[in-house]
Amino acid sequence: MKILRPSNLSRSVGGDLLNLFFLVLCGFLMALPLLYTIFQALKPLDEIFIFPPRFYVRNPTLDNFVQLLVMMGESWVPFSRYFFNTIFVTVAGTFGHVIIASMAAFVLSKHKFPGRNLFFSVVILALMFSYHVTQIPNYLIMARINWVDTYLALIVPYFSYPLGLFLMKQFMEQIPDSLLESARIDGAGEFRIFWQIVMPSVKPAWLTLIIFIFQQLWTMQGGVYIYSEQLKTLSYAFSQILIGGAITIARAGVSGAVGLLMMIPPIVLFIITQSNIMETMATSGIKE
Amino acid sequence: MPSQPMQTSLSMPYKRKLAERGRLGRLLAEIKKNKVSYLFLAPYAIIFLFFTVLPVLISIGFSFTYYNILEPPQWIGWRNYINLFLADEVFLISIKNTFLLAAITGSLGYFASFFFAWLINELPRRIRPLFVLVFYAPALAGYAVAQIWGILFSGDAYGWMNGFLMKIGFIREPIYWLTDPNYMLPVLLVVVLWMSLSHGFLAFVAGLQTVDRSLYEAGYTDGIRNRWQELWYITLPSMRPQLMFGAVMSITSSFAIHDALVPLVGFPSTDYAAHTVVSHLVDYGTFRFEMGYASAIATVLFLVMVGTNKIVQRLLRKVGQ
Repeated sequence: MKILRPSNLSRSVGGDLLNLFFLVLCGFLMALPLLYTIFQALKPLDEIFIFPPRFYVRNPTLDNFVQLLVMMGESWVPFSRYFFNTIFVTVAGTFGHVIIASMAAFVLSKHKFPGRNLFFSVVILALMFSYHVTQIPNYLIMARINWVDTYLALIVPYFSYPLGLFLMKQFMEQIPDSLLESARIDGAGEFRIFWQIVMPSVKPAWLTLIIFIFQQLWTMQGGVYIYSEQLKTLSYAFSQILIGGAITIARAGVSGAVGLLMMIPPIVLFIITQSNIMETMATSGIKE
Repeated sequence: MPSQPMQTSLSMPYKRKLAERGRLGRLLAEIKKNKVSYLFLAPYAIIFLFFTVLPVLISIGFSFTYYNILEPPQWIGWRNYINLFLADEVFLISIKNTFLLAAITGSLGYFASFFFAWLINELPRRIRPLFVLVFYAPALAGYAVAQIWGILFSGDAYGWMNGFLMKIGFIREPIYWLTDPNYMLPVLLVVVLWMSLSHGFLAFVAGLQTVDRSLYEAGYTDGIRNRWQELWYITLPSMRPQLMFGAVMSITSSFAIHDALVPLVGFPSTDYAAHTVVSHLVDYGTFRFEMGYASAIATVLFLVMVGTNKIVQRLLRKVGQ
């Protein structure tokens, strides 16, 4: 039997080259904000305020980062504390969300039980209600159960973020029922089926979900829920350094450095997860 | 024998009771049988009902009140809704802007998300992650996005767009791209469109990896000639779940455009020319302390999105047929 790689099927070299050319062209336009963030972090103060504004940097310097380090050293709560807080909130929130939303998505897509369609419709509807007006009721609820000024108020609502359940359910629907049925005949319990068959089959989905949730939690400031200085997040601490009247101008360079530093972890995670998505599914796809 | 008529007179309500108990009993039995399913769902369901559904219900309740956040809400019935449609001109402007932005950026952004995900998927595997990163960059970069567009469309002669147009002699004086109501919306359309490769895009990238490869080989023997036929007859139908996801995310984000506009055109924009429904909602909820009115706006927007979603889902069922 002749084995054909999918990329060899019905493809012309000319079409492939045209595609690459087109994507590189558009790519430059899309990459602008990344490049700008890097340039902005490396600009000396006189280049930041040059008029007319210049996109690239002529004399790159690390001064902004040095200045940022000095400021971080002067902070009242040690900066490592903010860093730890953000890591904790991000990791706990992401991990909890992926597990809890995936478990729910599994039964919603693969089990038949009363109320399943209704529940799923409510999750989709919840995506469409503006969060601007639910903030007040949310705060009232948190205050009632004494979760204000704890991480529970930041993390737990994220466990039920509707987007994650929706994404996982859509991918799990594609898994053939026969695959799960044969595992059941072999005597596998539902949790084992979920953990050892369903989750590996939808690896691209939860790797993507990790990016979405990480990105949100990483930049979360804690807003109205956290007021103890020791519990504040990195993003909040940075905003405290940067915001405030004349300081905004004096610290424009530092602000560029912060912008770049805060973007590095999501980008690193993005590259790792995307490479994994491409690797694991290179040969198979979901099939029986 | 004499008991017989009594039995028949009793039997009707008794039967109904039995039937009711039967229905309830059957449901209980059904729930018991699916105990495992409910256990899997429970952690999500409890948190979801408590921290998402409950706040939404409370908000909808607020929409029938006058609530200034400082004093307890007062019940005023439908008055917020009546004022919204009969006495609020700015709301009508915001509805018009929102529909325009949503119709154009929502649909084009949706197609672009799939199109680019698909084109990137055609590339050699090694370089794909880099391209995905670059195309997702506007969604990752946050504040830098607004600054770049601010420089590009700056209202003075030093803005890149003005500089370019004046250099080639197309215009003689700089255009106030972000403050002139005539130009604001077109510029914003471009910016929002440029930022629309987000959740849907990544879901498509991941979804393209899960398409069963043997389908392509089967399609090849069935006479699929080029990549376009392959796309329409194999790839798109196998990706229906992801297409549904992308559509819902496009609707929710394109009807809720606001945050991206503020750093560019200010808040509120000149003559409310770029005022969206969410801008209106934020205006009343955060600045005017009229939470009841803001909640009514949110409820109307919610109903609009639900209706749009119904229509789009119906259209999506036709894909690949």
